[in-house]
Amino acid sequence: MKPNKSVGIIGYGAYVPKYRIQNTEIARVWGNDPNLVPIREKSVPGADEDSVTIAIEIARNAIIRAGIDPSDLRAVWVGSESKPYAVKPTSTIVAEAIAATPFVNAADWEFACKAGSETIQACIAFVGSGMAKYALGIGVDTAQGAPSDALEYTAAAGGAGYIIGNAKESLAIIEASVSYVTDTPDFWRRQHEHYPKHGNRFTGEPSYFKHVLSSSKALMEELGTKPEDYNYAIFHQPNRKFPIEVAKILGFPKEKVLDGLVSPYIGNTYAGSALLGLAAVLDKAKEGDKIFCTSYGSGAGSDSFSLEVTDKLAERKGKAPSVKSYIERREEIDYARYARYRKKIRM
Amino acid sequence: MNVPRHWREQIRRYRLVGSKCTDCGRLSFPNRAVCPKCNSRNNENYQYVGRGKIISFTNINSPPKEHKYNLPFAVALIQLMEGPVITAQITDARAEELEIGMEVEMVTRKIMEYNDDGIICYGYKFRPIVEYAHP
Repeated sequence: MKPNKSVGIIGYGAYVPKYRIQNTEIARVWGNDPNLVPIREKSVPGADEDSVTIAIEIARNAIIRAGIDPSDLRAVWVGSESKPYAVKPTSTIVAEAIAATPFVNAADWEFACKAGSETIQACIAFVGSGMAKYALGIGVDTAQGAPSDALEYTAAAGGAGYIIGNAKESLAIIEASVSYVTDTPDFWRRQHEHYPKHGNRFTGEPSYFKHVLSSSKALMEELGTKPEDYNYAIFHQPNRKFPIEVAKILGFPKEKVLDGLVSPYIGNTYAGSALLGLAAVLDKAKEGDKIFCTSYGSGAGSDSFSLEVTDKLAERKGKAPSVKSYIERREEIDYARYARYRKKIRM
Repeated sequence: MNVPRHWREQIRRYRLVGSKCTDCGRLSFPNRAVCPKCNSRNNENYQYVGRGKIISFTNINSPPKEHKYNLPFAVALIQLMEGPVITAQITDARAEELEIGMEVEMVTRKIMEYNDDGIICYGYKFRPIVEYAHP
């Protein structure tokens, strides 16, 4: 898919909360083998953080990098599966906090871990059609993992956001994108439930791999590109293993994936996952670099994007904290404090 | 739970917006209808950058019940780089990690929430500045 007008990323922002819990600490509490944990540690939001506060910091970082007046944004879209309110938009609070109100389209998007990249697809269309000068799309989560469930080891907090604008102003031009979606019952959370359920055998082959591979192959076919044409590749990262494995099947060597692979250090930030990996790559990339990025959301689907970095990235990336600086800002907490921060103790 | 009150104050709280007297230039936070220096009623909204220095702080042990979820936390007097001194909660750092003179930056965080079915109030807090260098 390509819009009529060429568009790109003019600013980006990321955020990861300060607190970390080690996977071995979770294994200790539930009596699981500490040698069989999926990642090293995951990020935990502080007691006063939620998807709204995380999205606000992301949006502010993106605006600083873009160097625009927030009132020029025509959309503030937030994709998340951890909305603080079931009814009342996260996006209006974010838009108000960054002074983008009132002539702005604000909405919350839902598609499990793909909600964030969905907003980017919509931003591309909104700007590419000429309806908007700038549009902001954010993927953010404070993901819920049921106590003792396999997902508790990785369900983390954080996200990233992108301001889409005209290609001429862009730090990275978005060459094209693809969406690939089917009805696959691999993971869900019903209304009023605190924690999601997952379909066990559905979480690998027929869900993540099928959608990420189909979407990625379709985009490369459409563009006539090959893995060798790209300097970096980012895939949705529910753990460390899946993105490396999917890259290998597609023909991307491990070295092209590692710079955007943040899940071993902060966990799976769900709607923020692939977008946060892309931000980590932009922190490092230089003019002329080509970037391939594919998200994945349960339910299920993938969005793939092909980007090329311009000369404007070098001057803009240093204006806000890098993903690395947020990852390195860490304070380890034990399971008791984690349980309190995540409201796992209900009184 | 006073919903209209939170709504009235949300821009000041979310963005750290105060006022500036258009006659004598005095900056205020929170915003003032009448300038405390020259008594002028000509005051306009003023957006603060959101950076300052701690000039004093204390640890809070017995907060109102809406703030207990966040214990322990520090409250500090912060001199904003534009001049005014404000009182704000400190986040992402405990009192023992703070020092007088420490540089802090504004973030928007959850101030309090009214049970599971009430509104959530967001507003400014300050944290030690996130240092960053790019790879």
